[in-house]
Amino acid sequence: MLIAAVIALGVGTYAMRLSGVLLRDRLELSPAVQRLLPMAAAALLAALAGTAALMAGTEFAGVARPAGVAVGALLAWRKVPFVLVVVAAATVAALLRLAGLP
Amino acid sequence: MGTVYRTQARPRDVAALAAATLAVGASFGAITMAYGLPAWLAPLMSVVVFAGGAQFLAVGLFAAGNPIAAVFAGLLLNARHLPFGLAVADTLGTRWRDRLIGSHLMTDEVVAFTLAERTPAARRKVYWLVAISLVIAWNVGVLLGVLLGGATGDPDAFGLDAAFPAGLIALILPSLRDRDTRLVALTGAALAVLLTPVLPAGLPVLAALLGLLVLLFPSRRHPAANDSTAAVVRDLSAGAGASDLTAAVVRDLSAGAGANGPAAGPVVPATVFTEPAEENRC
Repeated sequence: MLIAAVIALGVGTYAMRLSGVLLRDRLELSPAVQRLLPMAAAALLAALAGTAALMAGTEFAGVARPAGVAVGALLAWRKVPFVLVVVAAATVAALLRLAGLP
Repeated sequence: MGTVYRTQARPRDVAALAAATLAVGASFGAITMAYGLPAWLAPLMSVVVFAGGAQFLAVGLFAAGNPIAAVFAGLLLNARHLPFGLAVADTLGTRWRDRLIGSHLMTDEVVAFTLAERTPAARRKVYWLVAISLVIAWNVGVLLGVLLGGATGDPDAFGLDAAFPAGLIALILPSLRDRDTRLVALTGAALAVLLTPVLPAGLPVLAALLGLLVLLFPSRRHPAANDSTAAVVRDLSAGAGASDLTAAVVRDLSAGAGANGPAAGPVVPATVFTEPAEENRC
């Protein structure tokens, strides 16, 4: 049962990944609609970042993680290199947790 | 040196992401063992599913004895890959080998890194570089987690849960310089956060697509353009290069090219800016 579930999840996930790629050929998208695709992707990625930064399950994620992400976002906005953004976000969150914040 | 990750992902950027992925993979492997699930489960899932969020969600439900819910919840969470596929289809090109393999390796981070690149060649290179790095890092991490069990530690203690959203933000920030993209993305993100407490996992992120509806509102900057078609036409005729899938990203980057490194400026081909305007008038 477990193995069937894993394979069903894998096949379904692959089908969704591939169908987006293949649909792009089949769909005759007007330039106006094509312009929306990167916007749609940006909206999904922003939503992932927002929910991952602020929420843990269905509740707010506490202090440490949103604070770490906020520091990272600020550094990214200040055009600090990507690797430092990621490391700073993790470090701030880790230090705040070490200090006992949730 | 400030904007290197916008113009061309550096190996060290990808390495940082791969290291974080390896650590989270290890925690995934360790968690499946802690749940008392069979040792083959985590490595098999990581090869067959290769989607971190869905894997964490699914093993929680497996452990709760609910494999059918695990499949549905995982698929719901992964439904965002369909619009991602639409957005990166041009990057994967038309070769079947690339499409079949590239699709399986599609993750949020791959899509974010890819769409942050300005030229089709750079997007293609980054897609494969990030995809292959992450699939290796994830699977090695999961194996380590299964073998070492609890010794891998809690990734939250190292702040890794903050690293991933911060990385995503850094990658999408350049595209947010475009006013319409910014409105759509921020509205979508706000909707997703607000809906997270009330909708099952996966749906809030998909609901972010409703952010596109803000484009239907009359433009604030151009009062004359009071419907979506007019707004899009206005942008097209402004030379946005919208026949290209990645028009918004290309436009942002070219707008900010002055701030970038020496290789930045001339890379965007002039044709990108002239073609669509012609098309649009037809």
